[in-house]
Amino acid sequence: MSDNEDFNLNDLDDKELVEQIQDDLYDGLDEEVFEGVQILLGREWDANDVLGDALVGGMKIVGEDFRDGILFVPEVLKCAAAMKGGMGLLRPILADSSIDISLGKFVIGTVKGDIHDIGKNLVGMMLEGAGFEVIDLGINNPVENYLAAIEEHSPVIVGMSALLTTTMPYMGVVIEEIERLGMSNDFHMMVGGAPLNQEFADAIGADAYGRDAARSSEMASNYIEAQRA
Amino acid sequence: MDKQEQQSEATTNRAISKRLVLGCGALVHELVALTRQTPELKEAITLQCLPAKLHNTPQLIAGEVEKHLSKNAHKYDDIFVAYGDCGTAGALDAVLEKYNAQRVTGAHCYEFFAGSQAYEDIVEDQLGSFFLTDYLVRNFDRLVVEGLGLDRFPELFDAYFKHYTQMVYLAQTESVELQEMAKAHAESFGLEYKYQFVGINGLSAVTSPAIKSAFQIEVLDSSVQPINAHSPA
Ligand code: B12
Repeated sequence: MSDNEDFNLNDLDDKELVEQIQDDLYDGLDEEVFEGVQILLGREWDANDVLGDALVGGMKIVGEDFRDGILFVPEVLKCAAAMKGGMGLLRPILADSSIDISLGKFVIGTVKGDIHDIGKNLVGMMLEGAGFEVIDLGINNPVENYLAAIEEHSPVIVGMSALLTTTMPYMGVVIEEIERLGMSNDFHMMVGGAPLNQEFADAIGADAYGRDAARSSEMASNYIEAQRA
Repeated sequence: MDKQEQQSEATTNRAISKRLVLGCGALVHELVALTRQTPELKEAITLQCLPAKLHNTPQLIAGEVEKHLSKNAHKYDDIFVAYGDCGTAGALDAVLEKYNAQRVTGAHCYEFFAGSQAYEDIVEDQLGSFFLTDYLVRNFDRLVVEGLGLDRFPELFDAYFKHYTQMVYLAQTESVELQEMAKAHAESFGLEYKYQFVGINGLSAVTSPAIKSAFQIEVLDSSVQPINAHSPA
């Protein structure tokens, strides 16, 4: 926020406040983001709009600047923590709302042998922001974990993350097993992680490759909308 | 005797040819130590290194290596790149193929220093293993603490290391001082400390006998990956 002591978020009009929340999110200022979200809710804003306009909107800018090498991993983590705080306020309201806005369930996990989870967590958060119910399997998931989650949750999309060149191929193992069990038409399979590219995703038979969190959540939403159309 | 045999015969008897070793900045000490071990290679090997911090942006590694090779490769008979795949997911190998260059076999330096099987065993036993090398022990504050922003945002510690249980120091030397430092790093992160001396043999391929022939790569050391055997054509 500003270094001016008198600066008060309450003094801003709605448009300015949304922009300020986005700025504060960018700067990783969790308390300010939390306060901004509270104020918008106090002004009778719909929780969905707060989420979409202020938080997801802000996080998209963060994602773009990370991709362009302007922001680095620590800053992105600070932004993510700020967004998480704001989402904590919105989640109970969204869960209570009578209209079901859920795009469906999205199972996501880092594959076996891999302990990197920053990117996966970010994608999970953006998916939640877009309206998915995210089931996070955490790290180090053998194929059995994905199968068990599919059985239990009947997701619309299953996502896998890998950051090591040694663990990337395991995504292919999971997809092969899903194909062998004749389940590949039951849900969409998305993959992601820094060392991956479209070519690799195609080679292992994934349905989609997500380059970053914003793009991935957009692709996932578009896929569901196309399914429902 | 075919042309290739004639040529390799001639070159093995010939003075050692010139090799460019293009390494990761994190391996400078070890690469220098290796060339010193074989004094007759000192003249033959030119050692150049790219900044170690490229690690944090692996998408730039292949491009930087290519930039360097495009300017310098023609001055040498053969090229060895002291990198693993390092998260380039094949992009580095594609560049090496263009320049008939070799690299160290393995995904990253932890794997080639420890040896693939030993590395796998450690991770299989405890996935939450964070590895240190001599270089990382020495530069821990700069690369790990500051590199991950933990000096500015100590609250991010869990976001990075929540799943980690131990720090495994894969030592290139038997320096007691470095062991003390490594132990202190593990302690400061609240992780269990393990020490394993692995030496620098994992890198020995950079001074492999292939240096004696610009035309033939003799794969005498199983850790050498013949990305593309040089052909006399
Ligand atoms: C941060 C980091 C770490 C952190 C991880 C913390 C954590 N909780 O995840 C720490 C420091 C702990 C760490 C540890 C290690 N790391 Co590390 N790490 C990185 C680093 C620098 C950044 C990764 C990251 O978080 N990026 C930020 C996020 C936001 O980006 P992302 O992960 O790419 O995710 C985005 C997209 O890919 C996509 N996405 C990701 N997942 C998914 C999933 C789906 C479904 C979709 C649609 C999209 C998607 O969206 C995300 C958000 O935009 C990378 C290098 C790099 N720049 O990639 C090395 C890197 C991955 N690590 C590497 C290594 C070697 C290790 C260690 C072995 C090092 C060590 N000293 O021990 C250990 C692992 C130990 C083990 N037991 O396996 C190497 C891997 C080399 C290789 N050949 O594969 C890399 C490439 C660095 C390098 N060049 O050497 N690491």
